Amino acid sequence: MALSYELCCRECGKRYENQPLSICDECFSPLEVVVDLDAAKKTVTRESIAQGPTNMWRYQALLPVPDTYVPQTPAGWTPLVKAPRLAERIGAKNLYIKNDAVCMPTLSFKDRVVAVALANAQRFGFDTVGCSSTGNLANSVAAQAARLGLKTYILVPADLEAAKILNTQVYGANLIRIDGNYDHVNRLSSQIADRYNWGFVNVNLRPYYAEGSKTVGFEIAEQLGWRLPDNVVVPMAGGSLITKIRKAFKELIALGLVEPKDVRFFGAQATGCSPIAKAVKTGADHIEPQRPSTIARSLAIGNPADGVYAAKAIRESGGWAEDVSDVEIVSGIQELAETEGIFTETAGGVTTAVTARLYAHGRIKPEELTVTCITGNGLKTTDVLAGAYEQEEAIRPRLTDFENYINEIKELNDLVSGGVDVR
Amino acid sequence: MSVRVLLPNAFQKHTNGAKEIQSSAANLPQLIDEIEVTFPALKTHLRDETGNVRRFINFYVNEEDIRFLGNEKYAFKDGDEVLVIPSIAGGCSCCSYCGQEECLCY
Repeated sequence: MALSYELCCRECGKRYENQPLSICDECFSPLEVVVDLDAAKKTVTRESIAQGPTNMWRYQALLPVPDTYVPQTPAGWTPLVKAPRLAERIGAKNLYIKNDAVCMPTLSFKDRVVAVALANAQRFGFDTVGCSSTGNLANSVAAQAARLGLKTYILVPADLEAAKILNTQVYGANLIRIDGNYDHVNRLSSQIADRYNWGFVNVNLRPYYAEGSKTVGFEIAEQLGWRLPDNVVVPMAGGSLITKIRKAFKELIALGLVEPKDVRFFGAQATGCSPIAKAVKTGADHIEPQRPSTIARSLAIGNPADGVYAAKAIRESGGWAEDVSDVEIVSGIQELAETEGIFTETAGGVTTAVTARLYAHGRIKPEELTVTCITGNGLKTTDVLAGAYEQEEAIRPRLTDFENYINEIKELNDLVSGGVDVR
Repeated sequence: MSVRVLLPNAFQKHTNGAKEIQSSAANLPQLIDEIEVTFPALKTHLRDETGNVRRFINFYVNEEDIRFLGNEKYAFKDGDEVLVIPSIAGGCSCCSYCGQEECLCY
């Protein structure tokens, strides 16, 4: 990018030149990218953005990558769709879905953060990259690193969904299954990153990686016609995405690209791993770690590194956080698919079910413009739907058989619902 | 009684490059005191202005978060391996430009 940016410690303010570093050596707090606003104001307009590609790199000037960087992977610019049928089901009147279930190239919002992280991995000269992951990140690092010709070492919990393991291995990545949960995996990754000269996207490249999440917020604003919604509902694992969408909105306001507005942020977690939601509900200023036990494995981070920031962002915005059971998660997946034709993974089931509850509890008013963020694709977590649908017996290729079949179905439906017209 | 304590790279600027120490501390508060005595340069960095150990620093004993083991009440056992690891967070929702949580740019 043509703009100057560097790393800064949010706790003590110490600044650092750009480098693969995520922890302040003075106070051991997280580092964050800061950008020169005056320079950005001169170059970034709605028009300049509109002239960019139809992917997340239309916001390249607002991302921490070198100005000479030529993007290799067209991630992002996913659909923002109005969701009238889901809205009707849950008592909403102005509901939108930001659908990163179809984010390219690996069908989750992680493609955005990885794109920015690997741009920096190349800049810093790494020939090997890696990550700790609950699945989606593994898929994305493996795919995008393959495209860039980088070697990969990817660490995941051993009990990860089969589809997420396959979707990592197919790209030729070195996949290391760890006998432990994500928090164990993440800790080991910190130690490895300390010892090996690798670019770990969510360890030593984390400040750059995290900025990629802002593109979700940029896109929501632009796709709404350069305005901000009233509410955003976001799933929370480590807690980074929700804070970065908020950061994106603040930046757009600072740049004069949207009118100032206080957007409320709502966080969604599974009850079986809900440390951030618990902190929001209890008003705690710290995160009490949990041992995850939920089918929403992509959200199963018991000690979320960005949890304090996420809880703070939610509280300050006037939002709230909720958590839902595994049964509700599966229902949420089905409800979104049946009403809007969007098949999301378990994390999206969490977000959908939490969205429904926020309306039911009156935390979100029906007429408010609300965007719920779907971050991953249902094809990766089909195991949670095992047994949910019967395998029908095959019929002979004859019209009479078909009509008999239809009549049987009709009778069954009449029994269940008291009358459904097949026609 | 002795436990092995592994320190993160982020500490090494203040520990003359030392990556690990052997400690005879009986519990976490004693261990932190001992680390501060061994590496006086680390002391002001390890604690915040109120004297508490900074919130992003995590302690693990034999792969388990010490908070699951009773935290300060956990009594170290001979041969325990203690890991000190700062959280790797992506940062706050502060504006990129003014650096403030409550944005000053508008």
